[in-house]
Amino acid sequence: MSLLRIRNLSVSFATASGAFKAVDGVDQDVNAGEILSIVGESGSGKSVSMLALMGLLPWTATVTADEMTFDGVDLLNISKSARRKIVGNDLAMIFQEPMSALNPCFTVGWQIKEALRIHLGLDRKARHRRAVELFEQVGIPDPERRLSAFPHQMSGGMNQRVMIAMAISCQPKLLIADEPTTALDVTIQAQILDLLADLRNETGMGLVLITHDMGVVAETAERVSVQYAGQKIEEQPVDDLFNSPHHPYTAALLDALPERATDKLLPTIPGVVPGQFDRPRGCLFSPRCKYANDHCRAVPPIPAGPELGFVRCHYPLNTDERNVS
Amino acid sequence: MTEAVIHAEGLKRHYEVSGGLLRKPRTLRAVAGLDFSLSAGKTLAVVGESGCGKSTLARMVAMIEEPTDGTLTLDGKPVRPEDWADLRKSVQIVFQDPYGSLNPRQRIGAILMEPLTINRPDMPRKERERRAREMLDLVGLRPEHFDRYPHMFSGGQRQRIAIARALMLDPKVLVLDEPVSALDLSIQSAILNLLTELQERLQLAYLFISHDLSVVRHVADDVIVMYLGRAVEKGPKEAVFSAPQHPYTRALLSATPSAEPQARRDRIKLSGELPSPLNIPDGCPFAPRCWKVQDKCRAQVPELAGDVQKSACFFPENGPASPAA
Repeated sequence: MSLLRIRNLSVSFATASGAFKAVDGVDQDVNAGEILSIVGESGSGKSVSMLALMGLLPWTATVTADEMTFDGVDLLNISKSARRKIVGNDLAMIFQEPMSALNPCFTVGWQIKEALRIHLGLDRKARHRRAVELFEQVGIPDPERRLSAFPHQMSGGMNQRVMIAMAISCQPKLLIADEPTTALDVTIQAQILDLLADLRNETGMGLVLITHDMGVVAETAERVSVQYAGQKIEEQPVDDLFNSPHHPYTAALLDALPERATDKLLPTIPGVVPGQFDRPRGCLFSPRCKYANDHCRAVPPIPAGPELGFVRCHYPLNTDERNVS
Repeated sequence: MTEAVIHAEGLKRHYEVSGGLLRKPRTLRAVAGLDFSLSAGKTLAVVGESGCGKSTLARMVAMIEEPTDGTLTLDGKPVRPEDWADLRKSVQIVFQDPYGSLNPRQRIGAILMEPLTINRPDMPRKERERRAREMLDLVGLRPEHFDRYPHMFSGGQRQRIAIARALMLDPKVLVLDEPVSALDLSIQSAILNLLTELQERLQLAYLFISHDLSVVRHVADDVIVMYLGRAVEKGPKEAVFSAPQHPYTRALLSATPSAEPQARRDRIKLSGELPSPLNIPDGCPFAPRCWKVQDKCRAQVPELAGDVQKSACFFPENGPASPAA
């Protein structure tokens, strides 16, 4: 049985101009010990679906799902206090901007020890020992001294390591990393991605990596789920996704990568992601898709089976009948 | 070989940083001596991590900041602050964040006409408007966009507006400070195409500042790799990317994630972080993070050496079959 199981998750926000559906019928499974990557452009709902899982959305959000279970616990009908026991403990998350995720008024040592006190109830000495141990584990040099540093005294890469140390302090079963390296330089990004993969190997936790960077996906992930305008449109093992994408959007996105360019001019995707008011009736990608026909524009596709990567398309690419090079 | 539009020699920019009430002010060497030249129709890319001085360089070339030392010539004429107002017509800049660089209270038409209003006060209003509308068409926006406000546009469209504004005075040089970093992948390729087309049509010279090596590899003719205010490697794009000489260039290339899942390479792990630009180590600035460092590196500063492809290293990597290629 999978560690995390989400079926038909939808999140809509009440805005001044009506309801806005940020996540629309997403199914997702994560197994223990695997690295799943969720990719998509801004506004594709990749962060919102995971925030819904953590219960971190504001009150304007309405979360509905057929099923949302984590490690056998039903997260849909759970009391707030019971959720608090799981979130931060077995289910942890790190965010994009380490500088704004940490409290600037307290030392990083105080902040990591707070997590240890609340979730594990360790005494003062044990907390200190464990904090030093965690800092060593995430590769922070001179941990004893760094514990009394404030976030502004450390670099972005170091702060992200502190965030990771906090997130793994209770040995979570699942770690959700929301764009963990977007704000960092490439050489630091490489260090952090290696660290996350190493931690996964050591602890056997599941890792969900939310990103928009195809390079990061290709190097780190094992399974990839692609989201577009709130829907999951495709999910495949990483090699298959890059070699034979089934959804035209995935294919177009990969073609738009500068490093795959064969010509001075890059292939582009015309148009923009549909917003609140211009959601198409049929397939959400149909206004931008070069293969779309009237059927696509009228009837929304339903996800296909696992053999086609759950693709949400009437005419998937790279199948036996339809080979598009 | 065409005549260089912009030529810089020994360009430096230092900042005084006050160390507090009683401490002596210290000098931050943001750019510590840089030579380059840029010809019409060519793209010179400057890459490096945050804090390496690439944006300071952009601001000096765009005449927003005065160099502390060194000479900058534009079309053979020296660039001096007293001539800035005149020379700025031929050097324009496009910034990273299209949300911050457009006045939200101005209509697009007014934004595009403002450079003409200021620099060509004798031009009749009708003529200004005609040129603005022409420019709108050139960057791929529709005529009805003329009377809209910036908030009505997506990030990609705003970046088109910023580029249009920069082109209003028929500049020879366009300084592009991370022009696509804030954009989604599908939008990024369209903006890169627009820049390529404009360059071919108008014979513009681009100074392209970026930290994204896959983008640089696509657009650049020549590349300068910067580290802590110095150029560590400089040369034609093909040479720098296929046979990097400086260890830092190699590390940077190997740290950049590639969107090919099969191509998992041996990553060169750089330990440590960028030193603060306030206390750059003696000798080679890269020495503390370099894996082939020797005593000589810690004592002397290596100079840029070489014919076509130059690198500032005592022990350059030479093999053309470098694994990082």
